[in-house]
Amino acid sequence: MTESTHNTCEGLLGSLSDYIDGELGAELCRQIEKHIAECEDCRIVVDTTRKTIDLVHASNDPQTDLPDDVRSRLFKRLNLDDYLKPSTK
Amino acid sequence: MVETTIKDISIEALRNGDRAEFAQMVDAYSAPIYRLSLRMLGSEQDAEDVLQNTFLSALTHLSNFEGRSSVLTWLYRIAVNEALMILRRGKPEVNIDDHDSSGEHDDIRPTQFVDWGALPEDELLSVEGRQALDHAIQNLPENLRMVFLLRDIQDLSIKDTAEALNLSEANVKVRLLRARLMLREQLSYYYGERMKKEKSND
Ligand SMILES: [Zn+2]
Repeated sequence: MTESTHNTCEGLLGSLSDYIDGELGAELCRQIEKHIAECEDCRIVVDTTRKTIDLVHASNDPQTDLPDDVRSRLFKRLNLDDYLKPSTK
Repeated sequence: MVETTIKDISIEALRNGDRAEFAQMVDAYSAPIYRLSLRMLGSEQDAEDVLQNTFLSALTHLSNFEGRSSVLTWLYRIAVNEALMILRRGKPEVNIDDHDSSGEHDDIRPTQFVDWGALPEDELLSVEGRQALDHAIQNLPENLRMVFLLRDIQDLSIKDTAEALNLSEANVKVRLLRARLMLREQLSYYYGERMKKEKSND
């Protein structure tokens, strides 16, 4: 097998991002899963890295609007005062 | 993503000086640009400067928009450059184009193996937990933080992140991996301490 490097801790690390993002081929995924079934340290690294990204997403609220005062200063600076109200949101 | 929920902005109309269209664009994209700027700079005043300069610059450089990326990605690119200008004030060494000195994983090899992933969500996302996370993100080196913010916080693809930062996709991937592992490492220290404390309280 040519891609056997993924059976090592070092090899797994190099593909960690692609693995977590679901961008790794089935065969490489299988190798990684085999490795983490046997290597507790790597299992923890994969789990906690995935969790880290989940937390970043969860703590980042994309619905946050622009503060009103920031918006009105922005519109003034851009000479768009006449479009200031009503907000189109 | 924000992009999919708003109507398409007509570049043609913008180039023709359609102010209503420009106002639309500002309302559609100012929030994500402002959030990104806050994360990049950590100061509301600086973030507001970047926000204003980004749209001013977009207006004067409309002819440079090639349509290879979305309008938002293009705006991110302008915002990143505006933010870098602020970061470089008095700190000439800030340079995200720097090629990383090694392709080795030596500096990112994990050292913390605390299994904190199974902690309950409300504990992971407590006020204190969020602060630790924000702090960890702020602590990332500039060249990694920019990649991380665009990819994992603004949710850009690898390709769009590369486009916005003028980096190769391979370079973006290397930096993203480093950033994620550095964050993981910092959070492992933090939650490791919390788990120890809890144990001793039992
Ligand atoms: Zn391993």
